[in-house]
Amino acid sequence: MNTIPLDYETLRLIWWLLLGVLLIGFAVMDGYDLGVGALLPFVARSDDERRVLINLLGPTWEGNQVWLVLGGGAIFAAWPALYAASFSGFYLAMITVLLALILRPVAFKFRGKIKDPRWRATWDWALFIGGFVPALIFGVAVGNVLLGVPFNLDATLRPSYAGNFFGLLRPFALVSGLLSVAMLVTHGAVIIAARTEGMVALRARVYGRYAAVASIVLFALAGLWVSFLMDGYVVTSVQDPLGPSNPLNKMVTTSTGAWLANYGAHPWMIMAPALGLLGPVVAYLGLKGHAWKTSLLGSTLAIVGIISTAGLSLFPFLLPSSINPNASLTVWDASSSHLTLFVMLLATIVFLPLIIAYTAWVYRVMRGTVTATSIGRNPNAY
Amino acid sequence: MIDFTVVDLSRLQFAATAMYHFLFVPLTLGLSFLMAIMESVYVMTGRDIWRRMTLFWGTLFGINFAMGVATGIVMEFQFGMNWSYYSHYVGDVFGAPLAVEGLMAFFLEATFIGLFFFGWDRLPRVGHLAVTWLVALGANFSALWILIANGWMQNPVGSVFNPDTMRMEVTDFMAVIFNPVAQAKFVHTVSAGYTTGAMFMMAISAFFLLRGKHIELAKRSMVVAASFGLASALSVVVLGDESGYVATEQQKMKIAALEAMWDTEPAPASLTLFAIPGKNGNRFEVKIPWVLGLVTTRSLNTELPGIHQLVDHAEQRIRNGITASADLDAIRKSPTDKVARADFAQNWHDLGYALLLKRYRDDVQAATPEEIHKAALDTIPDVATLFWSFRIMVGLGFYMILFFATAFLLSARNKLGENRILLRIALFSLPVPWIAIESGWLVAEYGRQPWAIEGVLPTFYAASGLTLTDLAISLGFFLTLYTSLLIVMVILILKAIKAGPGPQDVAIDDVDGAVQIPQGAFAHPER
Repeated sequence: MNTIPLDYETLRLIWWLLLGVLLIGFAVMDGYDLGVGALLPFVARSDDERRVLINLLGPTWEGNQVWLVLGGGAIFAAWPALYAASFSGFYLAMITVLLALILRPVAFKFRGKIKDPRWRATWDWALFIGGFVPALIFGVAVGNVLLGVPFNLDATLRPSYAGNFFGLLRPFALVSGLLSVAMLVTHGAVIIAARTEGMVALRARVYGRYAAVASIVLFALAGLWVSFLMDGYVVTSVQDPLGPSNPLNKMVTTSTGAWLANYGAHPWMIMAPALGLLGPVVAYLGLKGHAWKTSLLGSTLAIVGIISTAGLSLFPFLLPSSINPNASLTVWDASSSHLTLFVMLLATIVFLPLIIAYTAWVYRVMRGTVTATSIGRNPNAY
Repeated sequence: MIDFTVVDLSRLQFAATAMYHFLFVPLTLGLSFLMAIMESVYVMTGRDIWRRMTLFWGTLFGINFAMGVATGIVMEFQFGMNWSYYSHYVGDVFGAPLAVEGLMAFFLEATFIGLFFFGWDRLPRVGHLAVTWLVALGANFSALWILIANGWMQNPVGSVFNPDTMRMEVTDFMAVIFNPVAQAKFVHTVSAGYTTGAMFMMAISAFFLLRGKHIELAKRSMVVAASFGLASALSVVVLGDESGYVATEQQKMKIAALEAMWDTEPAPASLTLFAIPGKNGNRFEVKIPWVLGLVTTRSLNTELPGIHQLVDHAEQRIRNGITASADLDAIRKSPTDKVARADFAQNWHDLGYALLLKRYRDDVQAATPEEIHKAALDTIPDVATLFWSFRIMVGLGFYMILFFATAFLLSARNKLGENRILLRIALFSLPVPWIAIESGWLVAEYGRQPWAIEGVLPTFYAASGLTLTDLAISLGFFLTLYTSLLIVMVILILKAIKAGPGPQDVAIDDVDGAVQIPQGAFAHPER
């Protein structure tokens, strides 16, 4: 295709960046909903307090969740091999996430419809599961990607998987899962602190600071683990960044600490882990000093830093295979065709700014503190 | 080798979750438009009853929408989870419309749905009206892109098999978007959604009128629903014919099967009104001459092929596909083999037919004539099921035209609210659009079997290599959770209907006394 104004290599790189943008977008937007869900039973103790939190999320959680749906769609469209191998490989983990996410929309909508305390308590736990479980499992999944996933590809590029659900729960993956929970709980607590008042906001500040400290400790622990205890993957043959997407055309080996190779070659990349450590510190200070803008900046930077660190460490890998490293998926051999990447880029350039603009407008309309009184005025409140 | 129990359970899970998801989608499509119409009347006339109507139907819409969102997430991920070879094989084409659906449609719908519920007192009237219209628009765009994806499964245009990447790749996006099957399906499907919304509104309003409750709201809702329903029901059938017409080009087998037409008839073919289809012909049939040929080909002399003739044709294509498969092996051994590439370019269209043989042996090039014949017979879908679900769909479609036409005439004479017979019929017709729609999807998707992508990728070959345990766990969880949620949802909808529209401001009784709770209540958490 010589009519496409961007070459294949550039498009693959752009789509790798966009994958990061979408994952960060999901973690920043839907992530605080998950964090608030996970905090719900602890930060809010009476029905009124819980209604404050639920109505804080009420007007915007549906839009936020589309970041996840779009993430799924974009991986399907731009990285079909990744979509095929990872979603089928992590089957039962994905089923667990889906069941948790199915509970969320109905819990929001159904909880307020009946005034029985047991009914409401049931849906409160559904909201907790709907927040905590996806946050944990997405982190566990990323941890497993860094460790290498036991999948293989046959000559027709059909993926097969040699692991099982419990095989995902390796110690490093659990650290990664807890880091994901801590990161999103910090973010959720920051939002609660910014937009509510009274005891709820007070408790959120306390939990948020614990979670920020946990983020720092877990991120540092994960960093040390990756540096000294864990095998990273290295492409040993020459890979053509313009070549057809066939993951079986390369050679790969593993060596301890290899996930740090990119930082040696491109020292500016150290910005990412630095942000991952600095962000929670800023969030902590903001929560302590009642400075909600500072804390929001901190929790957002933490997400940007932590997710970018995972992506940059892996590059060019998307999904390393532990049982046949040569079949690992990389940025250069797991993408869609040149034309699809280009057309999808055009669609993204048109629609993503629009999405950000109208989302910002909706947040502007719904701005302000959420209290029991403000909820009482709205007949559609949850 | 492929585990066919896993394949069948994967199919069952996909069918169950998709059909379940589609209980909620049509109501979202229809009610969103009806609400936008009502709110427009409110903004233009300033009469509060129309705002209360929007709020009341909005409450029911909200419960339904939550279920649609909850079950929709599953659909987005299931391709990768249960159909990983499908995802690899066609993701380059099929993934794009799904991603654009997210970018262009679902984001719009989901972002503004929150403002629809929470923005009443924060937006000027016209601003809120715009939000409601954007929700309706988003829902309809969403249907467009999903049906572009689905249309490509029925008629895979604008793409080619790439031997270097072992998958289908896009060559022409415009062809995928303007795929005639996709366009016809879109109009047919959203019209069915509008009809569902109208029937839902008719039935519940009829319930109110029969009980003598909420008369003002119910009468007005019925007037809107009757005219909207009539236009939509007509459009479903007229444009359903359009999708039948389109299908004759690409899906001759589906047409032959749903008409139980085993052998080619001289043109124009007759329409089978009633039959008991067996495995290899009909045991009994009643036919109307000419009708089928006229409807599907729009001509007097175009022949419609019968099932037996199509099987012979499939057998030819399988043999041709075996050649394509041999070319593909040659290209894989020596990627620079120009002769093999040229030959493959000639034959790749039939590669999918060779994959049908994978059911019987791994090395398709060594297939025996018996195996080839068996694989060709596999292209016949389940004739009896298709024949009857098609007739149920069409019959109910005509019933709904009749129903809405009667309702429309009565409403034009301002007698709609008084005719208790019609009100009872309206109430009992509530499930009709859902039965018609699910039958329609059965025709479209079950009728596409054995293909996941028509002529390109057989369904059994597209499944993930999961274990029986995986499927048992997921299917068990889905069935349990979905059944419980459906029960809860029906209870809540009935409760909301029973509560009816609120006295003035209030849509439903869930305001909960929170208005009266003083601020101080925060100091006494009820631990």
